[in-house]
Amino acid sequence: MFPIKLNVVNIKASPKNKLLFAAIISWTIISIIYSVMLTSLLNNFNLPAVQIVLDALINNLLLTGSCLLIFNNMRFYLPRIEKYWYVLTISFALSLICYFIAKGLLLWAFKNDEHYWQLFRQSGGIRFGLIFLLIACMSMMCLLLFTQEEEQSMNERKIDMERLSKEAELFKLRQQLQPHFLFNSLNSISALTGSQPEKARHMIQQLSEFLRGTLRKDDQNWSSLEEEIQYLRLYLEIEKVRFGHRLQTEIIYSDQISQYKLPALLLQPVVENAIKFGLYDTIGEVLITLNATVENDYLKIQLQNPFDPETSQPFQGTGFGLSSIQRRLFLLFARHDLLSTRVSENIFITTILIPQLK
Amino acid sequence: MRVIIIDDEPLARSIIKEYLQSYKIIELVAECNDGFEGMKAIQQHEPDLIFLDIQMPKINGFEMLELIENPPSVIFTTAYDEFAIKAFETDAVDYLLKPFSKERFSKSIEKYTQQTNIKLPDKVLETAAQSPSQQNRVVVKHGNKIKIIPVTQINYLEAADDYVKIITAEGGFLKKRTMSFFEQSLSPYHFVRIHRSFIVNTQLITRIDPYEKDAHVVILNTGAKLSVSKSGYLKLKEALGI
Repeated sequence: MFPIKLNVVNIKASPKNKLLFAAIISWTIISIIYSVMLTSLLNNFNLPAVQIVLDALINNLLLTGSCLLIFNNMRFYLPRIEKYWYVLTISFALSLICYFIAKGLLLWAFKNDEHYWQLFRQSGGIRFGLIFLLIACMSMMCLLLFTQEEEQSMNERKIDMERLSKEAELFKLRQQLQPHFLFNSLNSISALTGSQPEKARHMIQQLSEFLRGTLRKDDQNWSSLEEEIQYLRLYLEIEKVRFGHRLQTEIIYSDQISQYKLPALLLQPVVENAIKFGLYDTIGEVLITLNATVENDYLKIQLQNPFDPETSQPFQGTGFGLSSIQRRLFLLFARHDLLSTRVSENIFITTILIPQLK
Repeated sequence: MRVIIIDDEPLARSIIKEYLQSYKIIELVAECNDGFEGMKAIQQHEPDLIFLDIQMPKINGFEMLELIENPPSVIFTTAYDEFAIKAFETDAVDYLLKPFSKERFSKSIEKYTQQTNIKLPDKVLETAAQSPSQQNRVVVKHGNKIKIIPVTQINYLEAADDYVKIITAEGGFLKKRTMSFFEQSLSPYHFVRIHRSFIVNTQLITRIDPYEKDAHVVILNTGAKLSVSKSGYLKLKEALGI
């Protein structure tokens, strides 16, 4: 038993070792059982030791061959659940073959021994039964082992795929860029190059910096509030070149919470949504207010924008902006309750709670 | 030649203004910040040509055009709008994608001067009206005022010759559209065409009664009674899941 114990240590190391180990242990158990049964059976009939050993050896070798055959066969072709009859048929056929080969070999080896002949004929049924039982057992074990292994690797693949698609979705959500914003900004730059080239150059720099921000990679999934607000200011500067005559913004937060963390690039789409909502749903000046506070381990960000309650249905058409934020928060925290909106007269208020990791 | 620029971004207007400077025959008569100003200016100045942005506050460029009896020739200017571009492609309409070059701009002006009085096909506005931003509301003219009706506030629609009468709690408003247009565009909002002449907001139905042979009548919570045709009844049953 010692070498088997050694193998146990290796199981976790590699799945192939595990297979080999399983094969060896199954075969060892089967052959021990088989030898013991056969020996005790033959012993009862007072046969000479040579005959007992040879008989057991031939039967054992044949059995080993069959088991290896089954093992290898199933490694490459695993029958489906509904095809178990196939396994039984194969086992039966193999048992028959083993039985007849053993019979041929043994009877040829001891062809002059009447006593052995008689005994063999008497024990034929039991011999075949034993062979069949052991081969069928081996087949079933192989079947279970390989099925389990297949399921396990399928599960692993599934988990891998889910993780990958979640990462890809998060990445895509983070990178969402409104083409409308980009092209309109470029148009503003185009207009400025004629009249105020210095301002145009400044805006190109701001836009580049903003775009670079959206390209930040996965390793910076989290930003501090300060970083996010800096990025937000960049975005607001650009928007103010476009809508300076109408757009006013206010960002309120205290220095104490500037190092609180939040998912990178989370705020900009929310603000973009608020600006779009505010600018396109009303006429005249628009004030967008962002207020960051801390409430019981949550970073609470509240955004306010004006809207026209008579003509819009903010709860129906929150649009892409907020639904993608909702989705992102769900992927990150597995919670649906972190984003909420409400209306107070003609002000639309979006509230986001960010759980703080300790 | 008299033109008007309608765009909510001052810089976007200024670039058109700049490009226009080299055309001596073109006179810029007004610059407008939004569709409301645009409408007033068009009525007041009767321009030959307008440069029209699509995405603007309250009502977009298409909705503004719908409200004008005899719209002038239009060159659309837009940054990015899938639905607008789809609408333009259905018919040869001139549009400039921002940012556009002086050369591209000149081509548009040339095209216009060669074939003046290009009438905007109705199909463009109908296609544009299928965009999600326009689908959930209807813009109508009511006297001198412009009214934006969110579709949830519509009780039902009734055919009225070339128009469709939109009935809300505040009364009826006429819109020059076909019933089949509304049947299609309102279908995501619980509206069903129950009769050749009626499209109803199914969320307001309180009762459906049999009426004569094969016909039914629905009663809304506002008290209105509308007849339901045989085929309309089948559609209604399907929509309500009964």
